[in-house]
Amino acid sequence: MSEQNNLKEFTKGIIQYNPLFVLVLGLCPSLAVTTSVKNGVAMGGAATFVLICSNFIISVVRSFIPREIRIPCFIVIIAAFVTMVELLMKAYLPPELNASLGIFIPLIVVNCIIMYRAESFAYKNKPLVSVLDGAGLGLGWTLSLCLVSAIREVLGAGTIFGLKVSESYQPASVMIMAPGAFIALGILLGFFNWRKLRKSEKTMKVYKVSMEHD
Amino acid sequence: MIKEIALIIISVVFVNNFVLAKFLGLCPFLGVSQKTSSAMGMGAAVTFVMTLSSAITWIVYNFILLPGDANIIAKVFPSIREVGLVEVLKTISYILVIATLVQLVEMMLRKMVPALYESLGIYLPLITTNCAVLGVALLNTTDSPRHLGFLQATVQGFGAGIGFTLAMLLMSGIRERLAIVNIPQPLRGIPIAFICTGLMALAFFGFSGMVQ
Repeated sequence: MSEQNNLKEFTKGIIQYNPLFVLVLGLCPSLAVTTSVKNGVAMGGAATFVLICSNFIISVVRSFIPREIRIPCFIVIIAAFVTMVELLMKAYLPPELNASLGIFIPLIVVNCIIMYRAESFAYKNKPLVSVLDGAGLGLGWTLSLCLVSAIREVLGAGTIFGLKVSESYQPASVMIMAPGAFIALGILLGFFNWRKLRKSEKTMKVYKVSMEHD
Repeated sequence: MIKEIALIIISVVFVNNFVLAKFLGLCPFLGVSQKTSSAMGMGAAVTFVMTLSSAITWIVYNFILLPGDANIIAKVFPSIREVGLVEVLKTISYILVIATLVQLVEMMLRKMVPALYESLGIYLPLITTNCAVLGVALLNTTDSPRHLGFLQATVQGFGAGIGFTLAMLLMSGIRERLAIVNIPQPLRGIPIAFICTGLMALAFFGFSGMVQ
């Protein structure tokens, strides 16, 4: 495996296979914890840690796991790392951050992204590439959480990272409540779809022009 | 007693609806809500598993995980009596209980009620990774604001399932209409479904404050 390919395994998770905007996975925490950028980063970091570790372990032991019972095996491995993250976060992060993430830290166990990568990548590939793949997708998810939470925090609370954006802005607090989350993510997904459609239209046009010239 | 149970049900169905206020179980909510019939099937399967798993995880929590005299494992290993196993084993034991339960329900239905099994068939395995099921088990046993009894926990599980089914049915009704409307190309599919869910959540916001 060349260095270039390794780099590709890492970077594909950020844009080409962005977990939230392209694959549309891991929706529940993406909506629930994105009330502030701080929460988004903490959640993304925790999930990335679990994703890297579980990808590594699954890919190391993949030849020992029988095909028929692979899903329960994945779940137990993932749950073990989630418990680790939970205890680490309780020990080192401020209690109010833990309180705002609440049950969504243990719920990383059923996060579709981690299960999806275990099943479709780590179970079939070597440890090093699996770790890179996990790191890339984790980073991609964290970045998209940051984007959603930045929009919601600026509009809903008038702050970013806890700092006030403007003195005169009156925050629309519906944006940090449940309805705002759904609408913000819906519009963002629509925006990314629009970009994708425009891109494919452009390539279609170039293709047509070249066909006509032939 | 009856008043308390009614309050729990109203609270989880309308005020703290799992999908619309707590963001749990969104993947099946968006994935299986294209047709009313499949939404109903998924809702029924989830309600069934949620009720059972709430009951079983409550037993696991109170008699295996919590420290104290009631702990069964403490009878063999006395050191467990002081510390308990809540911190280390909660997540793993719950997800194993749910996965086993789903498998068991699937086998029992296939033997005993083949008609129901046929109609739920493909949705059953999906329930293991439905975060609403694990979510209700975790919420039942967080002990905040208060420790729930066995009956309350089971009722809360059942009510959460009903709330999930209600949200699924409403959404599938909307999406059946959306399928025949001219929507701007980029918003088709998931984005418009999200925006509709947002408006539904806004409507359900009217219930907030009804029950503490």
